[in-house]
Amino acid sequence: MISLHDLTKIFPGGVRALDGIDLTVADGEFFALLGPSGCGKTTLLRTIAGLETPTSGKISINDTDVTALPPGNRDLAMVFQDYAIFPHMDVTTNIAYPLRIKKVPRAQRTAKAAEVAARLSLTELLHRRPAELSGGQQQRVALARAIACHPAAFLFDEPLSNLDARLRLEARTFLKRLQRELAVTTVFVTHDQAEALALADRIAVMSHGRMVQVGTPTEIFHRPATTFVASFIGSTPMNLLPARLAGAALHVAGATLPAPAGLTPADHLTYGVRPEYMDLSLTERPDAFPGVISVLENLGTHTLVTLETPGTLIQLVVPEGDEPPIGTPAWAVPRRALIYRDQTLHTP
Amino acid sequence: MSGDAAGLGKGRATAFVLPALVLITVFLIFPALWTIYLGLTDYRLTGLSAANPRIVGLDNYTGALGDPRFRTSLWLTLLYVGGSAIVGQAGLGFALAWILRSRTGAVSRLVEGVVLLSWILPSTVVGFLWFALLDRDDGTLNALLHTPGFAWLLDHPLLSIIVFNVWRGTAFSMMLYSAALENVPPSHLETARLADAGVPQQLRDVVFPRIRRHVLTNLLLISLWTFNDFTPFVLTGGGPEGRSEILPVYVYRVALRDGELGVGAAISFLILLINLVFALAYLRLLRGRNGRREIAAAGGPHT
Repeated sequence: MISLHDLTKIFPGGVRALDGIDLTVADGEFFALLGPSGCGKTTLLRTIAGLETPTSGKISINDTDVTALPPGNRDLAMVFQDYAIFPHMDVTTNIAYPLRIKKVPRAQRTAKAAEVAARLSLTELLHRRPAELSGGQQQRVALARAIACHPAAFLFDEPLSNLDARLRLEARTFLKRLQRELAVTTVFVTHDQAEALALADRIAVMSHGRMVQVGTPTEIFHRPATTFVASFIGSTPMNLLPARLAGAALHVAGATLPAPAGLTPADHLTYGVRPEYMDLSLTERPDAFPGVISVLENLGTHTLVTLETPGTLIQLVVPEGDEPPIGTPAWAVPRRALIYRDQTLHTP
Repeated sequence: MSGDAAGLGKGRATAFVLPALVLITVFLIFPALWTIYLGLTDYRLTGLSAANPRIVGLDNYTGALGDPRFRTSLWLTLLYVGGSAIVGQAGLGFALAWILRSRTGAVSRLVEGVVLLSWILPSTVVGFLWFALLDRDDGTLNALLHTPGFAWLLDHPLLSIIVFNVWRGTAFSMMLYSAALENVPPSHLETARLADAGVPQQLRDVVFPRIRRHVLTNLLLISLWTFNDFTPFVLTGGGPEGRSEILPVYVYRVALRDGELGVGAAISFLILLINLVFALAYLRLLRGRNGRREIAAAGGPHT
């Protein structure tokens, strides 16, 4: 278990990279830190590792306060984005490196390296040098090195970002299965929302050194807490449309919709609806956004349709073959929508 | 690859290379050959042999090799190179580079500035500064240590010139190692730190394997420079009683003060041979088995 209490990191020069982070990662949990570059996710991971010193706050791992401990005494293993495999050592020596530092006898650590390597299908490569390995193999060597020393937790910094697209999907499945089997608490950093949704048990979405939302992938996908999270999560961005409240009706992009119960007027009302949660109608409907189809983007099994409505663009996804030609007047019917009051989710 | 990538033709290519070849011949090859020739004669600065030098064969070489003063001087030179270049400059330079790496504060800039300054000052200026520092009666060092009247240059001449040369030449090694350390990926050091590797282990497992070639190049350059360094003459003049008479100073004394140009040329040629041995030994290490492996590793992953 990793707990962070009021963790703040201010870099020399005044940049507040972490701003009062409170977080508990449960035992065996696969936890993602997600956010755009510069949001503080990597700084947070490095602070947990002890590679950065927090300005204030407390870090504990399995109920031991490690805030003041050096990285080597925290019982953590980290896999870096570039894997950090030592080029002058063969695969066995690389995997066994942490054990060598711990003064485990040679025979024992070679056996351990072989055992871990077998699990990651690296047995054939044990005597190779890193330069003779592919990117995917290097990544597995880095994972093997992390596993070999049985740490209390794994920290992964963008573990998949150096792999090409196809290999990345393969590695994702592999990583998820491995983490499940080992059941070791894992915190990983990513800027790829799809990766976070696919891998993590829970996700923390970060922005400007704060945690905007912490929740399961389902919670984060279905109920983004703010418009920032809403726009960040999802492979096609959520439509965020300015709305105006008039009595019990909500005026959005040329449509008049019933306002949810308890909604009071605010400076900024936003109507959020995912492209996947809308239907396309070719006949006029009162509860739908009227417009003209202007762009069609082929997504393979689906098509992303861009509808030009009065004052804004609305995107929705239709199954392949169902897309009408460009220039057709059409109506977008929302099935599932969220209302944001001043950028924050309004829960009716 | 075609034999004529630039498309110049033989004539114009020769014309481009010729000035450089002429300069090298006049200033490097000819003096070297002249030295070899002089070393075989009894040429002197003054007197009859100055007008009519005679070929004496290898007498100068056997004479020099049999002269205890030459052997003492060689030994002093090796101590001087080992102490001031290999241990002093390389060690201190690396230590400074390691401590100052990825630090940007005023202190590190100040240290770098001071170290560089000692390197770029002219030798004679530095010589007088050190004279003032080490002076027996009014020296700064004696004032600092409260040891009035202690004659550093007389009592510890070799140590004095070693410390002097460390002070003077560390900047080069520091700069070279600073650049080399930039080649060490931070994630590799951090991986070692996370495995609880101490600084000696980080240096052994991460840093030195990466900068091995830089280290060898640095050692080659500074040992050759130090071996041929004449600056200590400014401080001690080789004395007292030849106790700081390193080979370049010895050659100077034999050839110019004693006027035995032939013997001086012979010793110069011996110095050249020793330098050659140094250089070949380092190059061999550079091209060694591990060197080749390192080149292969630096080629990066083939994905």
